[in-house]
Amino acid sequence: MQFEYKVEGGDFTQAGHASSQIKKSLKQLGVDSSVIKRVVVALYEAEVNIVAHAYRGVIYADIESTGIKLTLEDEGPGIPDVEQAMRKGFSTASHAVREMGFGAGMGLPNISENADNLSIETVVGKGTTLRIEIKF
Amino acid sequence: MTLRDICALVEGVPVSGQSRLDDIVEFAFASDLMSDVLTIKRDQFLLITGLANLQSIRTAEMSDAPYILLCRGKEVTKEMLDLANEDDVLIIKSKFSMFRCAGILFGAGVKPVY
Ligand SMILES: Nc1ncnc2c1ncn2[C@@H]1O[C@H](COP(=O)(O)OP(=O)(O)OP(=O)(O)O)[C@@H](O)[C@H]1O
Ligand SMILES: [Mg+2]
Repeated sequence: MQFEYKVEGGDFTQAGHASSQIKKSLKQLGVDSSVIKRVVVALYEAEVNIVAHAYRGVIYADIESTGIKLTLEDEGPGIPDVEQAMRKGFSTASHAVREMGFGAGMGLPNISENADNLSIETVVGKGTTLRIEIKF
Repeated sequence: MTLRDICALVEGVPVSGQSRLDDIVEFAFASDLMSDVLTIKRDQFLLITGLANLQSIRTAEMSDAPYILLCRGKEVTKEMLDLANEDDVLIIKSKFSMFRCAGILFGAGVKPVY
């Protein structure tokens, strides 16, 4: 099963829509609830990162019987130092993002913790692609 | 403890997801930082927060913890109510501060996540 969702930078009212839809699909497929939680927490953090830090993006979800592959491609400023961005507590979030309840610098480390595989490709001034794999 | 008992202790008003009032929670976590909440491995805990927006509801949904205690009389918008009802998330509104809510519930035996 394949899904595609568009994400607009700055639009916090829609943040979480894709994660919510994926959660419903995984539930219907009878995937273990602790695995679903890992998937949707990782996806939600990645989705919020596009809203908070990029201009726009697309989420591709590929669900197979053995697991899920999520690709989040965004057009945005990119990440100049990925190692630094992965550190707990590092954040460049704006005041507006902090007011929405984000900007603790915990998203990327938490995605990494929940994923079986995580890769980050990023080009400064162009954008970022996150690939997350979680096995069922 | 049931959410109904929790509601009474903080002199709260349930504004959505009322069908969950007889559910039982053992644990609670108080934070305005949603990424912090999202690191919790446990599910079915009560989220005590002052963050009144769609993201606190989304966070409860993703965390499998569909219980929010919203402190300090924060306003629940129509958008928030619609999403909470769609996702079956119970929101209890209390006029008490986050500190006071957390203190009362801790004293009554609701356990901390950490
Ligand atoms: N898609 C992205 N585009 C550009 N920069 C990003 C992106 N994702 C993350 N970053 C950068 O990496 C930093 C760390 O990201 P991370 O998700 O860990 O924390 P945060 O988003 O700042 O706060 P939190 O996730 O705790 O709410 C961000 O502050 C930002 O500088
Ligand atoms: Mg983040």
